[in-house]
Amino acid sequence: MRIKTRRNTPVWLIAALPILSIGVAFIIGAFFIIWAGESPINAYIALIKGSLGSTFAITESLSRATPLIFTGLAAAVAFRAKFWNIGAEGQLYCGAMAATLVGTGMIDLPAPIMIPMLFIAGAIAGCLILLVPVILKTHMKVDEVVTTLLLNFVILLFVNMLLEGPWKDPMAMGWPQAARIIDNGVLPTIVAKSRLHLGLIVALLMSVLMWAIIRFTVWGYEIRAVGHNQQASTFYGISINKSVLMVALFSGGLAGMAGVSEVAGLKGYLTLTLSPGFGYTGIAVAMLAQLHPIGVIISAIFLAAIYVGADAMSRTIDIPNYIADILVAISLLSVLVGAMLTRYRIVWGK
Amino acid sequence: MKKLQFSEIGKSFGSVVANDNISLSLGEGEILSLLGENGAGKTTLMNILFGHYVSDKGFIEVEGKKLTPGSTRASLDAGIGMVHQHFTLADNLTVLENIILGTEPLTRLWSQKKQAHQKLQDLSERFGLLIDPDARIADLTVGEKQRVEIIKALYRDASILILDEPTAVLTPQESEQLFKVLKEMVKAGLSIMFISHKLNEILEISDRIAVLRHGKLVGEVATKDATKESLAEMMVGRKVTRPAYEKLKIGKVVVELNDVCLKAKEGATSLSNINLKIHEKEIVGLAGVAGNGQAGLASILQGLASPSSGELKLFGDTLKKYGPSYLTESGVARIPEDRTKEGVIGEMEIWENFLGEELRTKSKSGFFIDKKEAVSSAEKLIEEYDIRCEGPYASTRLLSGGNIQKLILARSLSNNPRFIIANKPARGLDEGAISFVQQQIVNAKTKGAGVLLISEDLDEIFELSDRIAVIYDGKIQGPFDSNKVNINQVGLMMSGEMSKDSINEN
Repeated sequence: MRIKTRRNTPVWLIAALPILSIGVAFIIGAFFIIWAGESPINAYIALIKGSLGSTFAITESLSRATPLIFTGLAAAVAFRAKFWNIGAEGQLYCGAMAATLVGTGMIDLPAPIMIPMLFIAGAIAGCLILLVPVILKTHMKVDEVVTTLLLNFVILLFVNMLLEGPWKDPMAMGWPQAARIIDNGVLPTIVAKSRLHLGLIVALLMSVLMWAIIRFTVWGYEIRAVGHNQQASTFYGISINKSVLMVALFSGGLAGMAGVSEVAGLKGYLTLTLSPGFGYTGIAVAMLAQLHPIGVIISAIFLAAIYVGADAMSRTIDIPNYIADILVAISLLSVLVGAMLTRYRIVWGK
Repeated sequence: MKKLQFSEIGKSFGSVVANDNISLSLGEGEILSLLGENGAGKTTLMNILFGHYVSDKGFIEVEGKKLTPGSTRASLDAGIGMVHQHFTLADNLTVLENIILGTEPLTRLWSQKKQAHQKLQDLSERFGLLIDPDARIADLTVGEKQRVEIIKALYRDASILILDEPTAVLTPQESEQLFKVLKEMVKAGLSIMFISHKLNEILEISDRIAVLRHGKLVGEVATKDATKESLAEMMVGRKVTRPAYEKLKIGKVVVELNDVCLKAKEGATSLSNINLKIHEKEIVGLAGVAGNGQAGLASILQGLASPSSGELKLFGDTLKKYGPSYLTESGVARIPEDRTKEGVIGEMEIWENFLGEELRTKSKSGFFIDKKEAVSSAEKLIEEYDIRCEGPYASTRLLSGGNIQKLILARSLSNNPRFIIANKPARGLDEGAISFVQQQIVNAKTKGAGVLLISEDLDEIFELSDRIAVIYDGKIQGPFDSNKVNINQVGLMMSGEMSKDSINEN
């Protein structure tokens, strides 16, 4: 058995890869369900019903997908340029803090102005916090994986401090949460009797925007060029540092918007449970989408559906919802292995 | 009995036949040269011998015994030693440590440095391979490093030595010295296979010459029956034509360097007080052993670095702004040293790489990529420069080295540049591509461009240049009119031994 390089990767193969990987994940996941003492078929039926079986289930899946589209885009754009931003979780909370700062009474404007302003504030906050790792990287060659990752914990502790101290809402009966976003800042729901809110539309628009930027503009060319080959990019006159900065601003901004969308759309106020790891899951979303901005939409909805479905499944039959994490992890691993196989092929025999 | 015998070796990679039924033998005390262009199958054959690849068919015998295929260990044990073109030495260890590296069993607690020291001394005296066992590799010259590689092979009791393009990094004088050592070694009974595509040295050193072309053994001749022309024709398969040299009346100065210095980043050579003028309609060749500051000078002229002091005048104006885009816009064509890593982005499509240097100027309002225009101009250049590819949308990494170089030439020369900085433009290409590249450069000169041609290949420098400068340790000697210096003098200057004055006296 040997491994050979493919001359060309057919398009159908690239498209088939995520689907195959998900299939593999479900097959391997079945063994875990059997291990937990249930029938995988029943479990998967419960999972699909719980995530796609009713209008309510679908809106739940989509509202879970909304922050994942933002954080998935954040990871996809950064990873395209080989800037390893692992800090979307922290940037999300920065965006949420900015929205809370601006949106809880500091200013009160009509919703059509107020809502964009919250998003802009959140994006700026996400950018600003990411500037620290960027400057350390471009000026002192500090590895951004370490700095962005560690900043997550710093930011979470800072949010914790705010919620236990100065920002604690006296009306919240002792719960560590901040004051509610004022009415003009709350994102309206887009499906009646559901939690699905305007954030989804914004997320979809951002996907299309990022896709257009990467595909049709000089910026996109530079992002891709720097990601593929820094030496040749430099030869072409592309400044690596400038490109990294640009990518970081996009990435941090998008992650910050995820925070705004959650605070002003779903929860209505800032808490420490705002994100159950959306920033990290965004990395999985981006990888599953093979860093394609439109693909991010599909993979975010898929992962969200698995999480929402697994919650429902654990309510109806006796299987812990951790099965969702297993399914996501396996599909991610399959995609990574599969992505290698799209560039090489295995030849049996000599 | 033959020392080494290849029998009907065949090896293909996909549809490419790298070795086609090659049978070849090496006698005791013989120097056999293996001649062939890049891609002719020399390296594949050696990799099979050394156990890196397993051949599809055929076998190898050493002193009549079959060699286990695919095992480097077996090849080493059979007494085969290989000196690679790119050294495999640990820079931070001493000569002695490098040599015993990998020869000692892991289970032994104490190293046998003392015995090794003695053996090393014996070997180096026996063959005239003078080297200080306790010197750090990082402090050695390239020629000395190569000596260490040879001793390393001898230390493991190699009786068959394979040298892969050993002179590529040496000055003519260092090569001379290497040849002396090699002749000493065959006298002592060793057998040597010498891989090269430099005809002169092959004629000088070997007893017998085997020529490979497209994976086939196309000829085996005794050296005394071979001539440079006959070998070249065998190697390429047809008569080789190189562009004719023509002296033109030079025009205005295009590039002028006045006391340019460059403080080097780690590992590179600094430039000190470079003075150089290049005119319209002339090619100035810059000779030198790799790593003597060529990279620094090229990076300044390509806009990738700015001098730490001194002045650079481009087309009569002092350059204040550095940067690749600015130079490209002002009419500088840049041909980078490493065409696959620096010249193109392999993962991007061909039309995108055509756009590379002029990304902003060729975009709509400097922001939106004008794909239609870029693709149609790529199509035109692909046609004009005969770039073999599946079209402008093909992935660039699928192109051969020669076609990538054509892409780079098309991109930079189609703008009618006034100055061309060409860094080793023909290195590693096959004969057809070499003559194409050289012809393009000569054509550009005829059209009025001034050219700085950086090359390690002295033949190329002498064939193309109007004037020749030599770089050694970051300093430049010359340029001299190319008909007033000979290859020997340039060789001496490349090793830093000859000063400018001794030329003037001649």
